[in-house]
Amino acid sequence: MQNTIDTAPNLGLMANMVIWLRDRFFSSVGNSLLTVLSVWLLLMAIPALFDWGFTRASFYANNAQECREAGGACWAFIGEKYRFILFGTYPFEQQWRPLIAMLLFVAMLILSTWQRLWNLSLLVLWIMSLTTVAILMWGGIFGLTYVENSSWGGLPITLLLATFAIALSFPIGVVLALGRRSNMPVIKSICVVYIELIRGVPLISLLFMASLMLPLFLPEGLTIDKLLRALIAMVLFSAAYVAETVRGGLQAIPKGQFEGAESLGLGYWQQMRLIILPQALKIVIPPLVGIFISMFKDTSLVVIIGIFDLTLAAKSSLADAKWQGFGVEAYIFISLIYFIFCFSMSRYSQVLERRLSVGQKR
Amino acid sequence: MAEAIIQMRDVNKWYGKFHVLRNINLEVAPKERVVICGPSGSGKSTLIRCLNRLEEHQQGNIIVDGTELTNDVKHVEAIRREVGMVFQHFNLFPHLTVLENLTLGPIWVLKKPKAEAEQEAIKYLERVRIPEQANKFPGQLSGGQQQRVAIARSLCMNPKVMLFDEPTSALDPEMVKEVLDVMVELAVGTGMTMICVTHEMGFARKVADRVIFMDQGEIIEQNTPDAFFDNPQNERTKLFLSQILH
Repeated sequence: MQNTIDTAPNLGLMANMVIWLRDRFFSSVGNSLLTVLSVWLLLMAIPALFDWGFTRASFYANNAQECREAGGACWAFIGEKYRFILFGTYPFEQQWRPLIAMLLFVAMLILSTWQRLWNLSLLVLWIMSLTTVAILMWGGIFGLTYVENSSWGGLPITLLLATFAIALSFPIGVVLALGRRSNMPVIKSICVVYIELIRGVPLISLLFMASLMLPLFLPEGLTIDKLLRALIAMVLFSAAYVAETVRGGLQAIPKGQFEGAESLGLGYWQQMRLIILPQALKIVIPPLVGIFISMFKDTSLVVIIGIFDLTLAAKSSLADAKWQGFGVEAYIFISLIYFIFCFSMSRYSQVLERRLSVGQKR
Repeated sequence: MAEAIIQMRDVNKWYGKFHVLRNINLEVAPKERVVICGPSGSGKSTLIRCLNRLEEHQQGNIIVDGTELTNDVKHVEAIRREVGMVFQHFNLFPHLTVLENLTLGPIWVLKKPKAEAEQEAIKYLERVRIPEQANKFPGQLSGGQQQRVAIARSLCMNPKVMLFDEPTSALDPEMVKEVLDVMVELAVGTGMTMICVTHEMGFARKVADRVIFMDQGEIIEQNTPDAFFDNPQNERTKLFLSQILH
């Protein structure tokens, strides 16, 4: 009696490759057409891009004329302007200060992703590093010259605004979401009105209002710093979206979880903190991180109230009469910076999701 | 005769227009084991859920261990500490391990120190015969194991009364016995006051002091198990028994 276990015959490498290609790229007429179209588009685009970006590009040039003669991308422009784009109008010789401050800040952000550190010591570390960042940026003590924050610009502004806006809007959004689901009519109405009002207006108009109207509401002589006004507008804006996203997560929690928690005698805040919110927040990590990524990029809107963020710095660098016409290079440069931060947030969210799903079906 | 640990007097409840509990009068003595049965929609689950305020009654009085159940949050929370509940769908917390599920109540409600709560939790896990599952997540356990964890979780709060809302109805048949064994051991071994809504008549015969039959929101008949099963008085009881005892 022959061994009747059938194994797939081994056809050899070439045949296997052909089968693999056929299944993935040419499995039907439609797919084959799409494959041909995609390959054609790639053949049109990639060599041209490569040619522009690397082959004919000038990485070093003494002036704009040389660059333009070469015909490709002028990365020398970035080499000339990168300090201005990154640090804006911060005094040139003092730019080591925002550099160190930003490196410290980013290091703290990366450190905060380490889950084992999520306790009081992390809070202490943050307080210490924020103080250091503040001292470095503002100066005025320890022999550093004072630089007021209207001279700050570029990446530090973008990073600080985005981080604080995200960090502050998150708890406020959670409270709003809980409030909207509350049985107490006053609290519920306030939350609903707030959320719907804020979601009804674009961020730009909130920034305008914060910048122009907030001073009108304040008593004589008391002014709020312009950067702080922008931050307030962004926090208010983001909180409304966080609230609705978290509310969606709360709605997805089965009633049995609430009943299980209630039957143990847990109070409302205990239920939320220990049982409901951990589950709800885990469910909404994808859309929540999406909101945060959008907030990071929305910082570019503060150009409208005259704050010098990364995008405005890039735009301003193009105003130099000696280096005209390199807008593409400038915007590719800052796009790369935005991409690095946003993609890191996206990757981290996936890591977080995976970590929190231990023991459960995904 | 000891003071009844649960007293329901003229309790009425409506869901909108639907009269789900009609003039319920019930007294349960300490250490008594009561089984409530009846067709679906008869209000049996609603009745026991009113006992720990998971449902609110509109009329009548419910007094649990001397405290009346009203809208007063303090009363409600005090009563919930004394009354444990086991649900049909377990309602374990999926993001916590079995041990954490068990120690959550004692640590946060009873304010016990963590080590003590964990020791007691392991003891109860041994009682329900699954001590080795302590560090697993509920999603990794079978239905029977999950329900036993749920029973242990309620027991960790050291309640005076245990409510069971169809605890075996969602289980595969081969797992029903392991849960019922735990419940029998609970009744016989500890003398816990138990009120159980179930269709498991074998369990009722073995363990119950009293079987109550409910239909359309009313208590139709109540008796000792033998009298109830062998000599039902009411027509509706006879009809129900003929349908389930086949």
